Amino acid sequence: MNTLLEFDNVTMRFGGVTALREVNISINEGEIFALIGPNGAGKTTVFNVITGVYQPTEGQVRFDGDRIDGMKRFKVTKRGIARTFQNIRLFHNMTALENVMVGVDAHHKTGAIGATLGLPWHRKEEKHGREMARELLDFVGIGRVEHNVAKNLSYGDQRRLEIARALATDPKLLLLDEPAAGMNPAEKNALQALIRKIRDDGRTVLLIEHDMGLVMHISDRLAVLDFGQKIAEGLPHEVQNNQKVIEAYLGVSEDAS
Amino acid sequence: MKGEEVATSNGKPARSGFHPIDGMRDWWADAPHWQRYAVYIALIVFALILPAPWVGSFMSPDSDWTTVLIFPVGTYILLAVGLNIVVGHAGLLDLGFVAFFAIGAYTWASIGTSYGWSYWPTVVLGIFLASISGVILGAPTLRLRGDYLAIVTLGFGEIVRITANNTDAIGGARGITNVPHPEPIFGVEFFLDPAPYYYLMLFAIVLVVTFSVRLNKSRVGRAWAAIREDEDAAELMGVPTFKFKLLAFAIGAMIGGFAGTIYASKAVFIEPNNFPFILSATILAAVVLGGSGNLPGVILGAFVIAWLPERFRFLSEYRILIFGFVLVLMMALRPEGLLPSRQRKAELREGTGGMGAMGAEVAGPDSEASAEVAK
Amino acid sequence: MFQDLQSQFLGSTIGGLVAGSIYALIALGYTMVYGVLRLINFAHSEIFMIGTMTSLFILVTIAPTAPFTIFSMIGILLLLIVASALVSGGSAIALEQLAYRPLRKKGATRLAALISAIGASLFLQEAFGLKIIPWLFDKPGRVQQSAPRFVPHEELFRIGNGVVRTDHVFVIVGAVIVMVVLDQLVSRTRIGRGIRATAQDPEAAVLMGVSIDRIVRITFLLGGAMAGVAAALFVMEYENTDYRIGFLLGIKAFTAAVLGGIGNLRGALLGGIVLGLVENWSSIFLGSAWKDVTAFVVLVLVLMLRPTGILGESLQRARA
Repeated sequence: MNTLLEFDNVTMRFGGVTALREVNISINEGEIFALIGPNGAGKTTVFNVITGVYQPTEGQVRFDGDRIDGMKRFKVTKRGIARTFQNIRLFHNMTALENVMVGVDAHHKTGAIGATLGLPWHRKEEKHGREMARELLDFVGIGRVEHNVAKNLSYGDQRRLEIARALATDPKLLLLDEPAAGMNPAEKNALQALIRKIRDDGRTVLLIEHDMGLVMHISDRLAVLDFGQKIAEGLPHEVQNNQKVIEAYLGVSEDAS
Repeated sequence: MKGEEVATSNGKPARSGFHPIDGMRDWWADAPHWQRYAVYIALIVFALILPAPWVGSFMSPDSDWTTVLIFPVGTYILLAVGLNIVVGHAGLLDLGFVAFFAIGAYTWASIGTSYGWSYWPTVVLGIFLASISGVILGAPTLRLRGDYLAIVTLGFGEIVRITANNTDAIGGARGITNVPHPEPIFGVEFFLDPAPYYYLMLFAIVLVVTFSVRLNKSRVGRAWAAIREDEDAAELMGVPTFKFKLLAFAIGAMIGGFAGTIYASKAVFIEPNNFPFILSATILAAVVLGGSGNLPGVILGAFVIAWLPERFRFLSEYRILIFGFVLVLMMALRPEGLLPSRQRKAELREGTGGMGAMGAEVAGPDSEASAEVAK
Repeated sequence: MFQDLQSQFLGSTIGGLVAGSIYALIALGYTMVYGVLRLINFAHSEIFMIGTMTSLFILVTIAPTAPFTIFSMIGILLLLIVASALVSGGSAIALEQLAYRPLRKKGATRLAALISAIGASLFLQEAFGLKIIPWLFDKPGRVQQSAPRFVPHEELFRIGNGVVRTDHVFVIVGAVIVMVVLDQLVSRTRIGRGIRATAQDPEAAVLMGVSIDRIVRITFLLGGAMAGVAAALFVMEYENTDYRIGFLLGIKAFTAAVLGGIGNLRGALLGGIVLGLVENWSSIFLGSAWKDVTAFVVLVLVLMLRPTGILGESLQRARA
């Protein structure tokens, strides 16, 4: 099993606040890995460090053997890491198709010159982009709404559109930030199937999720964060029965996940 | 907003009432090729007929209509299309666009008079210098917040004007006279007759418009739209946002420079006071009033802003006064402009579109998003 | 070159402090409004211009008959300051009500607000140039209007070879007093707390019972009043004004605000002084033709290298 992503002893400090403390996570190629923990544990910070939004105060992040900490965000995407957001950040006034095409464009080469002169390879890329975008919309199951403006889509469709857009950048590693938030049971089932389909397609998935049912069902391995530290890691049923994990969740009495 | 429009099966909102502009836009989007070409041909015929004296008699009874069509009408349209790329497509606020106009004009004027170069190659040089200035200005400043960028560009515009004023090598406060006309091309001579200049201007406008449309439909235009909507998300989707913003700036600058070279030839005499801040503001107003991002709207806006003061000369003393008043009124009543695109209308009403909403109000999507990434 | 520097340095410094005090006062208006509304109040420059017209009007009316005693000097200056502060402050409130409030209520973008500001600025300029100046002073509107002298522009004392005049002292002392008062107002009173709270987090401020509309109005009033004070001092010092005086001064004052840290009142003071000094010192080497360019260059450099300004932004969290 190949290690795809190594989060190596990462500490993340913002002024006086230590959001992550010597966190070590290793994700293998082809697995579905879940990151769980109470609110504020630092899970989204992990995503932000991986995607280059933050540069770790200490430690390294390695992807496919190369260091990516401190890399520019769009370069991280080009390397093969894509993400979705906890509160959906689609391009609301663009159509579903256009949203996905922006993702596909990440690997296109044409610039202004090709566009204005209508050069052949530009036209080819555009056509390819459109086709790929359509395929992806079908893949996630929302092909029929390709011309709808993103903000007019239903909530579940919007979440799936976000995933399609992320997939458009052809990532090796897909980061999903609470993809099931706000979904009903039927939608969650569909989501599970989609995540498995994505993995079977040859990608690796790292997800943050609060819905324990979904997590236990779908993950190959888990890591648990609390107050910025990793307190457990392993197979789902191992982690489920881990005393520290139970305390972490029960100890935060106001937390209603 | 979600409540206002109900999505039908093909995603286009069902509308009640009479919406001629949106209706026309829908027709255009679905129109088959031959219909579109018919419209293009009709437009070309229209443009060829436009300078006719009978049109001029009511459009511009006091001065030569063809000349008015070149300046200010054609020039403003050209500048507005250029600024539209920066402000409308890429969502960057530029208050110093006149600087590029000046750079193009001065390049041709000084080189044409001092070194006797031919017009056509010098135009290329002028465009090149203008775009370099665009890059030099943009590279350090495009990372700034929208309104700061506005002020910096304003500063740059003034720096260019004051430098022209203080530099005797390019005429100083007295400017440059006897700017040569372009050499004859296709047997057409450029001299006192405004008609050749009109066709040159028309050609420039068609060229630039085609350029703008093609660009907007491509990956570049999509990237710009994504940047306007949510720059952070765009960056995370692999869009090299800085590169594309700089590209918009450079292209806008090129167009401004191009317009400048034409202006310098036609006017034969240029001086620093030809390039004041009010011109930048005027072009910006043309873009915004017309419906920024939307090409027909921008062209219409520029036409109206250029033509009205010429037509109603008795008002010309009050020109700027009325202009300022109209700006305030428009923003209060219809900030999306005369012919907004549906997308931009939505953006402007929701407070996205590159600039965010004003402070001291309940937060829009803008602030939630920043809070999200900052977690 | 260094001889020039040596002989002109002190004089230049004094000139810089005088100009800087005026920049600082105008900058306060920009910085406060930006802190609370994230809006560059482009028309603030015209608020200043209106203040100068007010002072000029009063001077033209009473100065010819005024005696040259110290009491009358200070008395007239106070009158000018109060009157201009009131008129400018009032104009600022009117501006807010007519040009910005409708947009704020609709949730308009900053682009729309900026354009409205530009429109308002142009409108006010032209209104004065076309109609109001001729009506007030019976002179052509578009030329420079000169003000009668009521304070002797004579040497009061020397620092080295730098001459400090009476008017210099009035400007600097006047500006400092007013700024201290404002600073105390913002840091110690309920109103000041309301302003700071609104700048930092309008939603929370509303939950604490703050009326945002009222705070916005007060912010404009205070900013405008400061510009009015600056206007009175300007007219006393430079003895002229015109309908377009606001444009250049406005940009310089905005530069000062950014230089010191936008939203930061003390930053406006610092920025104004620094800008005034840098401007004047640079003109020793470059000559006065390039003086205005200095301000723009400073602006561009600050925004490129340290956009949060010298003291950093403080009325609100820095927002990208």
